[in-house]
Amino acid sequence: MDTGFFASDLGILILTLAKAVALLVPLLIGVAYLTYAERKVLAAIQLRRGPNVTGPFGLGQPFADALKMLFKETVIPAGASRALFLVAPMITFGLAILAWAVIPVNNHWAIANINVGILYLFAISSLGVYGVIIAGWASNSKFAFLGAMRSAAQMISYEVSIGIVILTVLVCVGSLNLNAIVLAQRTVWFAVPLLPMLVVFFISALAETNRAPFDLPEGESEIVAGFFVEYSAMSFALFFLGEYANMILMSALTTILFFGGWLPIAPIAPFTWIPGPIWFVAKVAMVLFVFLWVRATLPRFRYDQLMQLGWKVFLPFSLVWLVITAGALEAFGWLPHG
Amino acid sequence: MARLDRFARQAILAEIGAGLWLTLRYFFKPKATLNYPYEKNPISTRFKGEHALRRYPNGEERCIACKLCEAVCPAQAITIEAEPRADGSRRTTRYDIDMTKCIYCGLCEEACPVDAIVEGPNFEFATETREELMYDKQKLLANGDRWESELAKRLELDAPYR
Repeated sequence: MDTGFFASDLGILILTLAKAVALLVPLLIGVAYLTYAERKVLAAIQLRRGPNVTGPFGLGQPFADALKMLFKETVIPAGASRALFLVAPMITFGLAILAWAVIPVNNHWAIANINVGILYLFAISSLGVYGVIIAGWASNSKFAFLGAMRSAAQMISYEVSIGIVILTVLVCVGSLNLNAIVLAQRTVWFAVPLLPMLVVFFISALAETNRAPFDLPEGESEIVAGFFVEYSAMSFALFFLGEYANMILMSALTTILFFGGWLPIAPIAPFTWIPGPIWFVAKVAMVLFVFLWVRATLPRFRYDQLMQLGWKVFLPFSLVWLVITAGALEAFGWLPHG
Repeated sequence: MARLDRFARQAILAEIGAGLWLTLRYFFKPKATLNYPYEKNPISTRFKGEHALRRYPNGEERCIACKLCEAVCPAQAITIEAEPRADGSRRTTRYDIDMTKCIYCGLCEEACPVDAIVEGPNFEFATETREELMYDKQKLLANGDRWESELAKRLELDAPYR
């Protein structure tokens, strides 16, 4: 970058804001259309049509839903802790958006290309529990509280295995910088050598985002809607958007860690013509499709099965795999920064 | 050995993979849903839908006020009043069907000796108010005029089985 206006403090501020808008607007549209895509994919798998009336192919549906939400009344239950009740969805949504600051969409195309990017992401996703637990507690409702407890326990459990999977990748890369993690996959995507870790990561990501088959926190048949039963209108919409933004975030993370981010399938002619961001979005869309596909396929886990899977299967498995990976790297002298 | 086999199948997510493969195939199957307001299922010639009072081709109403339909109606949804017309023929002065009471059993149609009251193919007559479902003679005759070609065809097709 030159030493002109964009090197001054004000210039950097404006530039960062512009970058944030350039990232957030497509992201929020993506979130809106993810809800549409989910309904369409579920419908297709169930031989239904899905939304198809609002606009061509029902493409106006997300905006119709958003408008409906806007005009609804925010009901605050009696006995609820007002301030916390209203803050909780903002926390959830805000954190889901905040994490995007470090996601590189192309080489060095991140709002903040910090050296501890993955650590930052991990910290932000850990904070996500607060929105849930505050919502559950502030609602002053048994169902909401049960849902929040489940959700918190689940997210914490699966964060452990996610952390270890990320460690496995980091051992291979030798850097916490997301940009460097992607660039390390120029020879081969980590999805190939670390396939078992990819599976563990993806399943943990499902649990982390409270998606089917791990959507116990909002298990309709047991606790109505879980931690956000009492929410309505925009405060509900924020939870909803936060959940979908988190899904996109987790897909982006999967893409970065295992599918080589913005890198093309192979560094040869027809693939390299397509610019990086398109590769990135295409890969994220593929992972998101798997999210929806899994939801249409698998029934919900039982709570003890969920905990058993997290602590008794994934944790030891990923630990062992971390040791094996580290051992293999050491044995063959492939350790980065020897 | 069976346990080992079971464990191996679990470890490679064999069943989950099979399930995903099944749903993926369904994803590409043609849709089973009808695009309803634009697409409709064919209905039987005996479909019992909205009522209609028919006329003869010369425009004379068929109903002779025999009140068989009123008598047979199990829901007592039909109310008929009649007196001789100026030309001496017996005709109804009032023919009401309370569509909120009607159970669409089709007995009125069965009872009618002159094929005057019939249940037509129309099932899209939902209204916004209850009052609109209190059909009077004018409404029923209008239905008859509107659906006559289909009503006649249905009666013709169903005639061999009556």
